[in-house]
Amino acid sequence: MLRRLGPTVRTPETAGDPLFPQKLEFNPPVHENWNIVHIAMQIPELHQIYVCGVNCMRGVVLTAAEMAASERFSFVLLREENVVDGTIWETTRDGIADVLRKLPALPPCVAVFPVCTHHFMGVDMESIYRSLEQEFPEVAFIRAWMDPIMQKHGLPPDQRLRKVMYDPLQPLPLKEKTVTLLGSEFALEPDADIRRVLLKNGYALRELQDCKTFADYLRLAEGETFLITYPGGKFGITQTAKRLGRPCHFLPMSFDYNSITASLGELTDALHLEPLDILEEQKQCDAALEKARDVIGDTPVAIDMLFHPRPLELAKLLLSHGFRVTEVYLDAVDEAEKPALEWLKTNALDLELHSIILPEQRVADRTRPEKTLAIGPKAAWFTSTPYFVNVVQGGGLWGYAGIRKLCDLMIEAFQNEKDTRDIVPRKGLGCVSCI
Amino acid sequence: MNTSYRIIPCYTGDVSGVCSALFELGGMVVIHDPSGCNSTYNTHDETRWYDHDSLIFISGLAEIDAVFGNDQKLIDDTVDAALNLHPKFITLVNSPIPYLNGTDFEAICRIIESRTCIPTFYIPTNGMHDYVPGAGAALAEIAKRFVSVPEGKKPGSVNLLGVTPLDFAADGSAESLRETVERAGFSVHSCWAMGDSLETLSHSGEAAVNLVVSAMGLPAAKVLRERFGTPYVAGTPLGSFSETVFASMRRATETGENQFPLLERLNQTDSGIFAIGEPITMGSVLAAMELPGTVLCPLEHCESLLNKNTLAVVGEEEAETMLKNAKVVIADPLYRPILPKGAKLIELPHEAFSGRCFRKTMKNLFTIDYDALRKEASL
Repeated sequence: MLRRLGPTVRTPETAGDPLFPQKLEFNPPVHENWNIVHIAMQIPELHQIYVCGVNCMRGVVLTAAEMAASERFSFVLLREENVVDGTIWETTRDGIADVLRKLPALPPCVAVFPVCTHHFMGVDMESIYRSLEQEFPEVAFIRAWMDPIMQKHGLPPDQRLRKVMYDPLQPLPLKEKTVTLLGSEFALEPDADIRRVLLKNGYALRELQDCKTFADYLRLAEGETFLITYPGGKFGITQTAKRLGRPCHFLPMSFDYNSITASLGELTDALHLEPLDILEEQKQCDAALEKARDVIGDTPVAIDMLFHPRPLELAKLLLSHGFRVTEVYLDAVDEAEKPALEWLKTNALDLELHSIILPEQRVADRTRPEKTLAIGPKAAWFTSTPYFVNVVQGGGLWGYAGIRKLCDLMIEAFQNEKDTRDIVPRKGLGCVSCI
Repeated sequence: MNTSYRIIPCYTGDVSGVCSALFELGGMVVIHDPSGCNSTYNTHDETRWYDHDSLIFISGLAEIDAVFGNDQKLIDDTVDAALNLHPKFITLVNSPIPYLNGTDFEAICRIIESRTCIPTFYIPTNGMHDYVPGAGAALAEIAKRFVSVPEGKKPGSVNLLGVTPLDFAADGSAESLRETVERAGFSVHSCWAMGDSLETLSHSGEAAVNLVVSAMGLPAAKVLRERFGTPYVAGTPLGSFSETVFASMRRATETGENQFPLLERLNQTDSGIFAIGEPITMGSVLAAMELPGTVLCPLEHCESLLNKNTLAVVGEEEAETMLKNAKVVIADPLYRPILPKGAKLIELPHEAFSGRCFRKTMKNLFTIDYDALRKEASL
C-alpha cells in the first residue's frame, strides 16, 4: 500500500521512461557528493582557477575554503561590464595570468574552469590557453569547464573533468604487472575483489588516491591496463587509456552476482589471472546478508542514488534476501539498472520510487511512523532518520567483498545513531571539512 | 587587477541575496539557471535551509532552451509548481545566460500571474553582483507591492529593515535586535525579513520610523519613505552606540528627517584601525567599540553610505593595498591572508563572506561585549 501518492512517487510498475518529468528543481540540504573542486583537488600540487560571476563563484570558492584548500584555489571575477563591453577574453586571459604571477610559486599544473558565459559569448578559450602556455611554459594547463547548462543533453562537468584531469598524463614505458584504476573519488577498499585478485597474481594496483606528488600522478600512465569502476569516470578514463594506447576495462560497481562475476571474468581473462573462488565468495555474501537480515529484521529500508549509482540493484539484492526495502530515492533509471527494474516490477509491487529534485519534495512528509534504516545520506534526510549508512558514490565498495562490507555498515548504522543534521550537509564526504 | 583573487573568497551573490530576503515570506522563488545557484545558496548562504521548507527552486535551464529562446518551459514549470504548492507570491530571478539572452522576465511574470492568479514579479539580478543589490531590490519590491496604505502612524513603532542571516547569522540575532530596540521603549512593528510574515510586513506603513540595520534594508526604506513619508535611520544598535541610534530614531520621528548617526562616528583615518564588510553593521561595530577607524566597504549599492571614514574597496588587490599600514583589522577570518605582517585581526565571521566556515563560532552582534573587544584591539 502506498503511503505517499502524488507526482513525486512511482512504483516499479508505474515507472515510465523518463522516470520523472524535468520540472523546476529542488536541492535538498545534503551535500556529501564530490563536486568539481573536490575532484580536481585530488591531483597533487594542482592549482585551480575559476572564471565566472560572483553567484557561480561562491559555491566553488567556499568549497575550497571548507576543505582547507584556499591556497590552491584562485579566481577571476567576471563583472557585468566584462560581458557587455567585449572584454571577456582579456579579463579571462589577463586575470588568470595575474593570479599565477601573484602565487608564491608557480604550480606544475593549473586547472582552469571557464563557465557557461564563455560558451555563449563565443570566447576562444583555446587561444587563451595558447597565450598562457607561451607565458608559463612550465605549467600544464588543464582545460576544464564549469558549464552546467550543457549537462541536460551532454555529459555533466564532472564527467568531462574526469577526462581532462588526466590530459597531462603522457605515454610512458609500460610497467609490467601494474594496473591503473581511475575515475572514482574513492580508493578501492583494501579487500575489494579487484584488489585481491590482482595482488594474488602479483600485480600492483595504482590509484589517484595513492599519489602524493605531481610526479606520482604522472606515473599513473605507466599502468599496462586501465580499469574503471565508477560510471561517472567511464567516459574520461576510456578516452585517456585510448590516447595512451593502453587497454581499458569498465568493471562497474554492482550488487548483481552475475554482473560481478562477469566483471571479474573480464579482468582475469584479460590479464590471464588465477580467479577468485566465485562460489565461495557468493556463499560468504549470502551469509553476511543473512546475518544483517537477522539484526535488522523487518525495519523499513530506504536507499538513495547518491549512495551508489545502482540503487535499484541494491533494492533487488536486499529484497531477495528478505529485507523490507520500502523506498528508493532517485531521479532517473540508468540503462544498466533496467534489468533490476524489471525484476522489481514483478517482485516489489509496493516499493516506492521517490524523486529527489521535483519541487514538491521540498514539502514532502519527512516523518516516518517507525524506525527506518537509510542507505545513503539523501534517504536519511528524506526519512529523518539517524540510522543511516554514510557512503556516497559507491565509496570504495566493489564486488562480493563490497556487499559483505555493506552488510557490516548496515548493521553498524542500524545499531548506532548518527547526527544526520551535522553530517549530511557537509560537502565532499571524506574531504577535510572545517564546518 | 581588481578582478583577480589569489586567496580570499567573494561575497554572496545577488541571486542568493534575493532568496535570503524572501525566505520567510511564504513566496516561491524561481531562479532561471541551469544548476548550482540553489545549491550554492542553500549550502553557503542560508542557515535556515535544513529546517524550514521555503519554496526556492531553479529552472534547470538547458542549452537548447537558452539557444532557441524557449521560455515556455520556465512558464509551464513555474505554473505547475505554483498550482501544487500555493505560494503567496512568485518571484523570478535571473542568472548570467538568460541575462545575456535578454529574456523578457516582465512579460513572463505577467503570463504566470494570469495563469495562476498569484502575484508574480521579477527581481533584476544576473549573478554578477553581490547580495546587497539583490536583497535590497527584493525587500523594496515587497515594500512596493504588499505594504498597504495605513490609516495612521503608530507612535513609537519601528520597522527593522535589512535583517537576514547574510549579515546576522548567529542564532538569536534577530530576536536580540528586537529585544534591544524594545528595551529602548520602541515597539517593533515588523522585521524585514526574519521572524515575521508577509501579512505582518504588509502593515509596515503604520510604523513611525524605519531602522535600517544593514545596506540590504536601504532600498525598502526609500520606498516606504516615498510611499508613506516614514523617515529612516541608518545604523545598527550595538553596545554603547545603541543610544546614539535610538536618539536618532526619536529625532527622525520628531522631525520627519532621515538620520545617519554613523556620520557622527569617531574619525581618525591614520589610526591604523580598519573594519571590513557591510558598512552599516561594521561602522556600528567600530562605533560600539568607541574606536576611530576606517570601514572598508567591498559591497555594491552602498554609495550613499560612503563618507570620509567609510571607503569603497574593489577586489583583493585593492583591499591588500588599503590595508598595508593596518595595525588592527576587524573582519571575517578569511581576510587574514591579505593582512600585513603584524596586524592584529579581531575575528567577526560574516556569513556573506565565509559562509558556514565559522558558523559554529558566529557572534551575535547584539550581545558582544564591545568594551572587551576594544581591549582586545588595544594597540
